[in-house]
Amino acid sequence: MATSISARGSDPGSATPDRPDRTPPGSSPRQAWRSRLYRWDTKGSPYVFVAPFFLVFAVFGLFPLLYTGWLSFHQVSLYNVDQSTWVGLKNYTDLFTGPASHFFWNALWNTITLGILSTVPQLMIAIGLAHLLNYQLRARSFFRTALLAPYATSVAAATLVFALIFSPESGMANWFLGLFGMDPVAWEAGSWTSQFAISVIVTWRWTGYNALIYLAAMQAVPGDLYEAAALDGANRWKQFLNVTVPALRPTILFTAVVSTIGATQLFGEPFLFGGQSGHQGGTANQYETLGVFMYDQGFRNSMLGRASAIAWTMFALLLLIGLVNALIARRLRKSQ
Amino acid sequence: MRTSRAARTTRSRRAALLVTTVLSATALLATGCSSSGSSSSSATADSNEKITLTVGDFGTFGYKEAGLFDAYTALHPNITVKENTTTQEADYWTAVQTHLAAGSGLDDVQALEVGRISLATSDALSGSFADLSKAPGVKKEDYLDWKWQQATSAGGKTVALGTDVGPMAVCYRQDLFAAAGLPSDPAAVSALWAGDWSKYVEAGKTFQAKAPKGTFFMDSATGLFNAVVSSDTQQYYKDGKLNYKDSASVKSAWDLAMAADASGSSQGLKEFDPTWQTAFSQSTFATTICPSWQQANIEKYAGPSNAGKWNVAQAPAAGNWGGSFLSVPSSGKHVAAAQDLVAWLTAPEQQAKVFQKVGNIPSNQKAYALAGVTDFKNPYIGPNAPTGQIFSTAAKAIKPAETGPKAGDLQSAFSNGILLVEQNGKAAGDAWAATVKQIDSTIQ
Repeated sequence: MATSISARGSDPGSATPDRPDRTPPGSSPRQAWRSRLYRWDTKGSPYVFVAPFFLVFAVFGLFPLLYTGWLSFHQVSLYNVDQSTWVGLKNYTDLFTGPASHFFWNALWNTITLGILSTVPQLMIAIGLAHLLNYQLRARSFFRTALLAPYATSVAAATLVFALIFSPESGMANWFLGLFGMDPVAWEAGSWTSQFAISVIVTWRWTGYNALIYLAAMQAVPGDLYEAAALDGANRWKQFLNVTVPALRPTILFTAVVSTIGATQLFGEPFLFGGQSGHQGGTANQYETLGVFMYDQGFRNSMLGRASAIAWTMFALLLLIGLVNALIARRLRKSQ
Repeated sequence: MRTSRAARTTRSRRAALLVTTVLSATALLATGCSSSGSSSSSATADSNEKITLTVGDFGTFGYKEAGLFDAYTALHPNITVKENTTTQEADYWTAVQTHLAAGSGLDDVQALEVGRISLATSDALSGSFADLSKAPGVKKEDYLDWKWQQATSAGGKTVALGTDVGPMAVCYRQDLFAAAGLPSDPAAVSALWAGDWSKYVEAGKTFQAKAPKGTFFMDSATGLFNAVVSSDTQQYYKDGKLNYKDSASVKSAWDLAMAADASGSSQGLKEFDPTWQTAFSQSTFATTICPSWQQANIEKYAGPSNAGKWNVAQAPAAGNWGGSFLSVPSSGKHVAAAQDLVAWLTAPEQQAKVFQKVGNIPSNQKAYALAGVTDFKNPYIGPNAPTGQIFSTAAKAIKPAETGPKAGDLQSAFSNGILLVEQNGKAAGDAWAATVKQIDSTIQ
């Protein structure tokens, strides 16, 4: 490469006798400095440009991660983080088989059921909405913007409104059921009803976001595929099933993974939905997710060691999801 | 790859520029940090320097409502007081303990709820607070003795001064009582259940038998539970150890709460939640356990349309529920000035003003002797009820109970356990087992 030759040649210290023509006398120190700068520039500046990200990541990402891992082997109170006692794997055994195990497995199960309850309908509605918006229709950009409005709403505001809707005494949901002569439901107290209510909040917030991703992917599907399908006599539903969905497979996988990760970390909706008992996911822990459980252990009961162990368990869970995703993606690529 | 010399020069210039930018930015950052660091350490030197004191509290402390911060600035023109209020105490405390752990982000004065006070006096935390017994103008004998003791550590350090106490009464709807054929005069209502909380539950059954449609005797059995435990000297701790499974008060409180729920006289609301708040305005229950600070809630949630319908009677047994303290974190910039402010805010005259404004009963005994405290009548609640007398009598009759670092957590765990019965339909035995499981899982 030209750069390495010129760099070596212009270095006064290692100026080799076989290349005297590259360092003409008189201009050598200045040119050497300049080319050294140039060498630093080409080699160094990419690192300088990416450094801010990695510095920030090291401080706010990597360090907390490692520190949390270290804390998870200690009994440590929130009040005296400096004074910690090494307890080995006790925090983990407490979680899996010890005094906290009932609540841990309960939270893990709730995270899975809430995840399925919110992710599956969310993605199905999103893909349907995207399909509709993909057609020519009036005020299309209005609908596209409107789709994103729930996503822009804060979790707190949305959850408080939905908590009122699902209020047992005077809520809109029970009023609606009453129109059909049904008895009022204690939404928050029931195990499935509360999870349903929370998944409605999650679905409401994220459907539009996913619909826009699907819409973008749909617009990359060649139009002649649809024309060919139409010529073959396929109606819109058949077109959707046989053209749109196969073309969208990688996108669907992507949104499924992102939504799964989001569902694993679900915190704000159940926490705020429960009001006074939100910190433990309802009076009977009926919608306590792993995120809420971690908060409750760490910040209400000041057991930072156990909270760290939960954090690492969640991290391992996410790695597992990532792995499964990679395997499925590879399968998909091979099958195409 | 071949590069012309011109291109090379601009590149090296660009690199030089980049290096200088990065260097100067770093320098700026460094100097910025160091200058802010030096200004904080030299702030306390001049006593006439203009300073702002921040007071962190929760719920209604009543200082702003009673105009006390402005009055303090009038007395000390160089000091401005700013209040940072959080509505929910649990949220407030979560933030405070995080700040305590970090050693920064605290206000000059931090309020502490009684459920947290033994944690604040423990070895783990007492070092974070200034000793207020040595602050100028503070006299130990002014305060209710048990209130002073609660805020004093084993080593004799007083980490906070008492603001209010929570002597309990029972607030009731005289119109609903009359409709159900019960007496509605405070003295007669007090006599109805005098001496024993089980009589209160019995009165509930009488009420429920003839109750107006859609009304309940009490808002929630959790209130009853807390009231019964709070009336006993033996609560969640015994001889410095957590003792709740064998505690007589916990047992009888649990049984009474279960009896009240079984008799159908409790509406089963989650206290302090929005549904509980709206139930006040919809007049669906006839009594609520009424520590002095509850008066402000009743007036706020029941609203002007229910003015004069509430009244206040003595509780079956004297007890304390709630009440707060003011502390001065020793990491603050203006510790001495903050101590003066706390001493002034908890002095009798100021506590009396807060009481008249929002109903918080003083922890400073001298305040009871002031005009307008014992003879106080609440214009909203039972305009002619002897409110001041009822609460100050209860305050003096409180027998101090042993408390410990987890007292506040246990109180909420048991409240939750009763909700398991009232809202989730669990059997009493299952709810007790679930509560014990919940508590045991958090003891290390």
